Amino acid sequence: MSNKPQSIKSSERAGLILRWLLAIVLVTFSIFPVLWIISAAINPVTDMANQQLIPKNADFSNFRELTTNPVFPFFTWLKNSLKVSILSTLLTLSLTTMAAFAFSRFRFRGRQGLLKAILLIQSFPNLLAIVALFSIVKQIGDVIPWLGLNTHAGLILVYSGGAMGMNIWLMKGYMDTIPRDIDESAHVDGATDWQVFSKLILPLLRPILTVIGILSFIGTYGEFIIARTLLTKREMQTAMVGLQIFTAGQYTQNWGVFAAGALIAAVPIMAIYLILQDQIVGGLTQGAVKG
Amino acid sequence: MGETTITKTQFAKQTISGLSSIITTAIVLLVDALLGYFTYRLITLGYIPLAVVFILIIAIISFAFLVPKAHMFRWMAVGLAAWLLFSIFPILYTIYNAFTNYGDGHLITQTQAIAQIEAQTYLPETGKAYQWVAYRSPENTYLLWLKDAEGNTSIVRMVDAQAEDYTLEVVPGQNGIGELDEEGAPKTIEDYTRLNRISAATDKNLTNIKFGDPEKTIQIRSPSEAAELLPLFVYDPEANTFTNQQTGVVYSDIEGTYTAKNGEKLIPGYSAVVGTKNFVQFISAPGLRGPLATIVVWNFIFAFMSLFLTFSVGLLISIIYGDPKFKGKKLLRSLLLIPYTIPSLITILIWRGMLNPDLGVVNRVLESVFGLSPDWFNVPWLARSAILIVNTWLGYPYWMLVTSGALQSIPSDIYEAAEVDGATGWQRFWNITLPLLLVSVGPLMIASFIFNFNNFNLIYAFINGGPPIPTATTQAGYTDIIISYVYNLAFASGRGVQYGYASAISLVLFVLIAVMSLAQFRFTNMWEEVGENV
Repeated sequence: MSNKPQSIKSSERAGLILRWLLAIVLVTFSIFPVLWIISAAINPVTDMANQQLIPKNADFSNFRELTTNPVFPFFTWLKNSLKVSILSTLLTLSLTTMAAFAFSRFRFRGRQGLLKAILLIQSFPNLLAIVALFSIVKQIGDVIPWLGLNTHAGLILVYSGGAMGMNIWLMKGYMDTIPRDIDESAHVDGATDWQVFSKLILPLLRPILTVIGILSFIGTYGEFIIARTLLTKREMQTAMVGLQIFTAGQYTQNWGVFAAGALIAAVPIMAIYLILQDQIVGGLTQGAVKG
Repeated sequence: MGETTITKTQFAKQTISGLSSIITTAIVLLVDALLGYFTYRLITLGYIPLAVVFILIIAIISFAFLVPKAHMFRWMAVGLAAWLLFSIFPILYTIYNAFTNYGDGHLITQTQAIAQIEAQTYLPETGKAYQWVAYRSPENTYLLWLKDAEGNTSIVRMVDAQAEDYTLEVVPGQNGIGELDEEGAPKTIEDYTRLNRISAATDKNLTNIKFGDPEKTIQIRSPSEAAELLPLFVYDPEANTFTNQQTGVVYSDIEGTYTAKNGEKLIPGYSAVVGTKNFVQFISAPGLRGPLATIVVWNFIFAFMSLFLTFSVGLLISIIYGDPKFKGKKLLRSLLLIPYTIPSLITILIWRGMLNPDLGVVNRVLESVFGLSPDWFNVPWLARSAILIVNTWLGYPYWMLVTSGALQSIPSDIYEAAEVDGATGWQRFWNITLPLLLVSVGPLMIASFIFNFNNFNLIYAFINGGPPIPTATTQAGYTDIIISYVYNLAFASGRGVQYGYASAISLVLFVLIAVMSLAQFRFTNMWEEVGENV
């Protein structure tokens, strides 16, 4: 009798130790690449073959190299990335919010058909249509050069036009949960649709705007293949394109410089994730996929 | 008093709304006009399909803003336009491309190809001729003095001089022109040297230079004569043929290339409809079919294994550490989430470096501990394993998050009842946890499967689909999935781009994806949701 609680305790303890051992293995697996890249970034030896986990004479020479290396204009790329992601996120948000408002608040012919079409079209990865996208942007550029190939405006439009589907659905779903009585009573008081939208509905949308905004920012920030296809000039490219092209070359000798760049490029996104974890998880489980 | 105020405000309101509707109409018409001009320019360049899309966009905008009943479309007119242009049209365009030979040698429209062929000229051996004298500057630009049979003289610049006027009048004192000789040619021109017969004959450039207006160029034919160039090919729009003016050979249009009877082809060709040729090629050519079979099979294995591994690891973590009594849960969760917080491309590139067979840290460790050095980049099954390892690292945190949420929503009394019935831990997992979990996260699993099915970033950025399949006639590798194979067909340099063929495979892939997506919509009731009045 007196032995039993004792044995439960010891088996519990064994289980706990096992769990911690497993946790150590998992954590090592998950954070080792991150530690490795940090170590490479602060190691003055840039050659991959001579990297050590604990670097000797750690310094910031790789980061300095980023600002001076002419074939690796990293900070121009980073600036381009931020510009393109922020602008296309803002454009996507305004286009989808307004469209979702119409789908949520008005009843009109073709509404269901349009909603279904938007959803179905969304499942076609726009990467598959990349040849077509390339030609379309090229053709537009033949007439309006500032919207053509090698322009950020063209890329932003492509991103925004391609991001309509799922976001309209998420946004409309959220708006549907806001009771229509609110806007009806406002209409009785003489408010126009625009006033209902901007004064009543929009402030209530903050949580979903945050989720869609973050996911869209992260998605466009991390996208590289459309960007790479549409932007061929080095000084126009984004950080992801730059890093990817860099590793296609003789990257093993400049591993430290690459690591420094990768680290800086990753930091904004890591910060967003860790700070806004809960909101992002909410959005993900509703069907958004990380880009 | 009160009444008048009301009527006044009403009047003011009406005026304002009348005014604003006039302004709206004006703005809409202005936008329409701009888009209309743009459309016109597209048509002149031969971009007919894109022009049609812009006509549709003009129609949508006008309908939404000018028809009062269609006011709800104002909210989405711009969004719909962007959607039409960058979501729908690319798909339709891909479908169209699948039936054309768009690709190397057939990259431009028919209008453009005809214009380029028409621009080719030749120097006729007879016909109107000029007497000439050439002048050369130290920078090797030339001027040509010409005198026709009627005795009219002029001086012309080179075609690529990009000057405002290609023809100068022969007036001494103007443009640095000095005194004239008895024929009427300037003895000197400032900054230029007059070439005598001998130095003109020994100048290698001179006979190849085109002079004069780009529309009407003149070239030197012989030491005594220069002549106007004539178009080499004349187009017959009715028969859709070109005729060579020198030889009389007729070139007729065969699948976008103007071809003579003897098989000689005019360059450039244009992108023409070739029917189902791409699809037939897809099925019949062994060099293409062989790698494609390998790629399709691997594509399914890859998507399935990725889902299985990421889901299992994620679920394992959330079961083991979901126990509320377990201390350090929060810290552990944050640490295990880290892979998810880094942009996936960056992590893929980092792994690419770590798994580098010669220099990477993984092999250096394996070498020193076990004496192993697996060649992750060049042995097919090792490359595939490496890709799955990397993808597991990228994807398990997502499933950790999703399953830990879903597990909490399973009511605990079901477990209690099972315990009363004497079910073991395993039995509880297999008979209660897993089935309930699969129901709630099923749609996300399909979404994840589809995502991995098209996980281009991973395949392309890791080792670009390598190692290569030796029997393939185009760029194809053992880790390629359909989407990366298609991308390389379209854009890989070296063997020529094949947009038409790539589009045909895209279409097949799209059908596969559409089937999977429909299954997902069924599962999530999203489809039915539209029908309800929500």
